[in-house]
Amino acid sequence: MSKLKTIKEYPLIPASKPSEGAAGRTGLWRTFRPVVNLDKCIGCRLCWFYCPDNAITISGDGKVEINYDWCKGCLICFHECPVKAIDRVVEEFG
Amino acid sequence: MSGTIIITGNHAVSYGAWSSRVRFVAAYPITPQTTIVEMLSDFVNTGKMKAEFMTVESEHSAAAAVMGAESTGVRSFTATSSHGLLYMSEVVHWIARSRLPVVMVVVNRAIAPPWSIWTELLDTMTHRDAGWIQVYVSNNQEAYDMVIQSYRLSEMKRVSMPTMICMDGFILSHTFAPVTVHTPEETDEFLPSYSPLWKIDPENPFSLGNMATPDYYYEFSYLMHEAHENAKKLFNNVDKEFERFSGRSHGGKVHGYMLDDSESVILAMGTLSEEVMVAIDNLRKRGEKVGALKVRLFRPFPAEEISKALEDKEFALILDRSLSYGYEGQLATETKAALHTSGIETPVINMITGLGGRDVTYKEIEKFHGLAKKKVSSEKGPFKPIFIQLKR
Ligand code: SF4
Ligand code: SF4
Repeated sequence: MSKLKTIKEYPLIPASKPSEGAAGRTGLWRTFRPVVNLDKCIGCRLCWFYCPDNAITISGDGKVEINYDWCKGCLICFHECPVKAIDRVVEEFG
Repeated sequence: MSGTIIITGNHAVSYGAWSSRVRFVAAYPITPQTTIVEMLSDFVNTGKMKAEFMTVESEHSAAAAVMGAESTGVRSFTATSSHGLLYMSEVVHWIARSRLPVVMVVVNRAIAPPWSIWTELLDTMTHRDAGWIQVYVSNNQEAYDMVIQSYRLSEMKRVSMPTMICMDGFILSHTFAPVTVHTPEETDEFLPSYSPLWKIDPENPFSLGNMATPDYYYEFSYLMHEAHENAKKLFNNVDKEFERFSGRSHGGKVHGYMLDDSESVILAMGTLSEEVMVAIDNLRKRGEKVGALKVRLFRPFPAEEISKALEDKEFALILDRSLSYGYEGQLATETKAALHTSGIETPVINMITGLGGRDVTYKEIEKFHGLAKKKVSSEKGPFKPIFIQLKR
């Protein structure tokens, strides 16, 4: 939206196109970081399904990956994992 | 074929939605609105109206469903009253801020406690600032006509704002009167099919209601204001076009009655304004040079028209069927501000009348006018609101 300099450039309704990272680097919001323990993971996809920010991807061979640029640390995945394959560790940003 | 039938104010509204080819209705029953949507559900059930009728668990859901349907580019309608409107309040704002041209009829009813089902305008007055165009009607034909006209105005791209049609509970909603109705086919001539400013489209995804920082929010509010300014400019054109189509005009933003040679003016909204006109006829017979101004459009506010009508008059008497506690009636506040803006010094007497559905008769209005006249000639002001019907 940074390009909206005058009223003439505004859309009539407050709508925006979905795009990766439209809300900024939400990864910076984290207090806890979810970390997947791939040895325990059974590939059920619940974490992928529940993540409100689409920060989790599951590769073709079923490997769970968290994108820490956008993971905001809500820990919903941590709560949903049925086999406790996700740990939470205190975030320490460099 | 158009025809004249004898129906209640509520059923006039239902026919208005039918003539307007409304395609989606969601509603929750509440007295005195219920028979509007009851008839619409019947229209949908019998196939008279090709629309989706959604029964919901609350007014908040009704408004949300209507917002959703309208977002897909479908002409939508709902109706409510009093507590129902208060309950939908959040979504009422959402619909306006999303620039969705929904039309909703609010059958005015007082707010509890104490419990009341009778008319008072506080429910819609509370939503004066929600961004909706607000029209107050005073007879069954006007209620019918304004449903059609409101879709026309609201859906204009330069407007794209919802309209709230406000009408007095029972006095209008449940009273039978002849109403001329037009078939949807005939109405097509006046009301084109809905072509939305925006709609949800899976081919072109976007999100609505995302965050706007203080750096961006301000302009969206300005755009809503601009839309209201446009609605104000277009309102009378729509009235004229409707007259060409149907032969009926309701006078535009304000309807003046015997104003030209009048020395004083009585202002009112809704059914109260019809009672005022009866009082004017009687006062005129007794040689009182008095006129009436029925304020039809309340948002956007027709400040210029009202100021012009009150210029050079000895005084204005404003009857409000609603009260902003701690100040005065809302029509009085708005009118005084309009006069001030135009530099007009016509004294204004505000009388609070008809709260909670208390009857206001033309005979009383004739007396109110006499009292106001006496007050203006004997006192200097400032004039506080007069609780004229208070049992003392
Ligand atoms: S912590 Fe929240 S945002 Fe991050 S991956 Fe888990 S569910 Fe997604
Ligand atoms: S919820 Fe747990 S087990 Fe299921 S895919 Fe995610 S990490 Fe693996």
